Amino acid sequence: MGQTLYDKLWASHLVEEREDGTALIYIDRQLLHEVTSPQAFEGLRLAGRQPWRISANVAVPDHNVSTVAAERSQGLAGVQDDVSRIQLQTLDDNCADFGIPEIPLDDIRQGIVHVMGPEQGATLPGMTIVCGDSHTSTHGALGALAHGIGTSEVEHVLATGCLIQRKMQNFRITVEGDLNPGVTAKDIALAIIGRIGTAGGTGCAIEFAGSAITGLSMEGRMTLCNMAIEAGARAGLVAVDDITLNYVRGTPWAPTGEQWEKAENYWGTLRSDADAVFDREIAVPAKEIVPQVTWGTSPEMVVGVDGRVPTLDEMPSETAQSGLQRALEYMGLEPGMLITDIRPDVIFIGSCTNSRIEDIRAAAAVLKGRQIASSIKQALVVPGSGVVKAQAEAEGLHQIFIDAGMEWREPGCSMCLAMNADKLEPGQRCASTSNRNFEGRQGAGGRTHLVSPAMAAAAAVAGHFVAVEHLEEAV
Amino acid sequence: MESFVVHEGLVAPMDRANVDTDLIMPKQFLKSIRRSGFGPNLFDDLRYLDEGVPDADNSNRPINPDFPLNFPRYQGASILLTRENFGCGSSREHAPWALVDYGFRAIIAPSFADIFRSNCFKNGLLPIALDSSVVDQLFAALYENEGFSLSIDLERQVVAGSGFDRIAFEVDAFRKDCLLRGLDDIDITLQSEAAIRRFEAKHKELFPWVFDKVSI
Ligand code: SF4
Repeated sequence: MGQTLYDKLWASHLVEEREDGTALIYIDRQLLHEVTSPQAFEGLRLAGRQPWRISANVAVPDHNVSTVAAERSQGLAGVQDDVSRIQLQTLDDNCADFGIPEIPLDDIRQGIVHVMGPEQGATLPGMTIVCGDSHTSTHGALGALAHGIGTSEVEHVLATGCLIQRKMQNFRITVEGDLNPGVTAKDIALAIIGRIGTAGGTGCAIEFAGSAITGLSMEGRMTLCNMAIEAGARAGLVAVDDITLNYVRGTPWAPTGEQWEKAENYWGTLRSDADAVFDREIAVPAKEIVPQVTWGTSPEMVVGVDGRVPTLDEMPSETAQSGLQRALEYMGLEPGMLITDIRPDVIFIGSCTNSRIEDIRAAAAVLKGRQIASSIKQALVVPGSGVVKAQAEAEGLHQIFIDAGMEWREPGCSMCLAMNADKLEPGQRCASTSNRNFEGRQGAGGRTHLVSPAMAAAAAVAGHFVAVEHLEEAV
Repeated sequence: MESFVVHEGLVAPMDRANVDTDLIMPKQFLKSIRRSGFGPNLFDDLRYLDEGVPDADNSNRPINPDFPLNFPRYQGASILLTRENFGCGSSREHAPWALVDYGFRAIIAPSFADIFRSNCFKNGLLPIALDSSVVDQLFAALYENEGFSLSIDLERQVVAGSGFDRIAFEVDAFRKDCLLRGLDDIDITLQSEAAIRRFEAKHKELFPWVFDKVSI
């Protein structure tokens, strides 16, 4: 019987299987950031342990950093919140103490850990990759086995080079056909989550396959795998192909010369065999997917931009009814209202889901020569890394945003989770390209609608949600 | 991790059900970069009359005189006696960190929340589930006798104290072994050190590029 991509990655990292069903998996790469690493390092210190293999690790500050240029130019001193600054300083200190390579705050390579990793070649096909952050699933886009872990596990990986795991189930989601106009990887992800629910992939590694997936750029595949965790799956995967290899070839830490040849040969095998058996499979025809907008407080509460907020009598059960009621109350929406009647106050283009160069280009293409609506109170564009920022500036994209009336910021997690100063105020409504619309995620009382970068840009111009191709009629 | 074989200690009461992790360790302390030092803020909302802030000096704060852990007779307690569903709520490991840092080695309750219980074991804290009728009797004895203490023998899985003769309890065999030997997950994995080294050598031959240190 053939093997799935996940089976192959699992088998090539299996150190030891135990009687209780757990296994020891070798970890090739651990990415570290300031929020979930301090206690792990302290644990090492208390136990008098050293990292198992320094070269497995790369650190970068991202969650707490300021995105305001004037503050960023002052380095750590520019971080206004004391607790945030201490957390950032602690990452620097821990990396220095243990000899762990860290990209400093003022380095052009600094960025959101899940943008930086693939961009620098810190994450490569065929690797096992972990990080104390659930969106580590992003890196599966390169044909790597990547998932988020907790702080105790960060310490465990630091100390042992391994992780204790149970093998997950194989779940394949196939999207065949041509994508409709305006449909992006973000819309595919949201449409899938809308279908299978936020627990739909629990216990599974989801492999995304089909012509609509292989037709995506690396950036698009990362967006898709990033959202696998919102479907309950700790890992998302896309098979390696020429698009993967071309992307990796250009990255700074990718192997070169003879090593590259060897690696490329191996990476070419990182796909599910034709006769591989999956525990679960579903097909989502590409033609059924339209641009998506979430209306509730869970990513599965999503509908096409041409749709409506559901009504109570559409709900299958009483629990679903009360869930709908609670969500609509929090979101300040009426049942049955048109999505295009929802008017955001704030626009956020950024996060590890949608802050790569392709995302910035897509938003800029919509905003070019246009102005954001006067009803928009704040509109942030936060590139995912210094490299993305520099590329966008070289293409003149930043000027398009600035001319449209938006703010062009420094890289970081920013308003995705509001650990820094970028926050929604209570009651504010945001068109956001991030990944979670939970209550209070972007600031206490804040209301989040998840959309693609083009859809966020269109909403900024129109002052309400609208399909990009209808933007002309809407303004 | 400190091993747990036999422990004898003073018992303190937390006489309520559904004590959640927020009550054990309020959220403002999660911003901390440390895993130790949470003891002074254990049950912060109940223990002090003012609001706790991270990294502040707790020694001069107004103490809540009605909270049992503040009573002189319970000072130095290392066994917490409490009610159903102790540790419910979030998965924060800060809750067991705080209990251990305060000085607790065991918690006795009719039941525990799942994630909390597993977090306890990871941190050398023994959660003991006993019948609620037995817990009732223990509470009565605790209130009647100042200096009420219990002895816990993990090897034999019994709790004993004055007026209580060998109360048996259940514990997962794997977790029991880890506690008896003072092994945490890392210690257990490191018992496979040779296997990891062997795997690593082979892995390095196959995929040498994985082992290059990134150049910053
Ligand atoms: S951008 Fe958001 S989701 Fe991504 S790592 Fe940062 S906080 Fe987490």
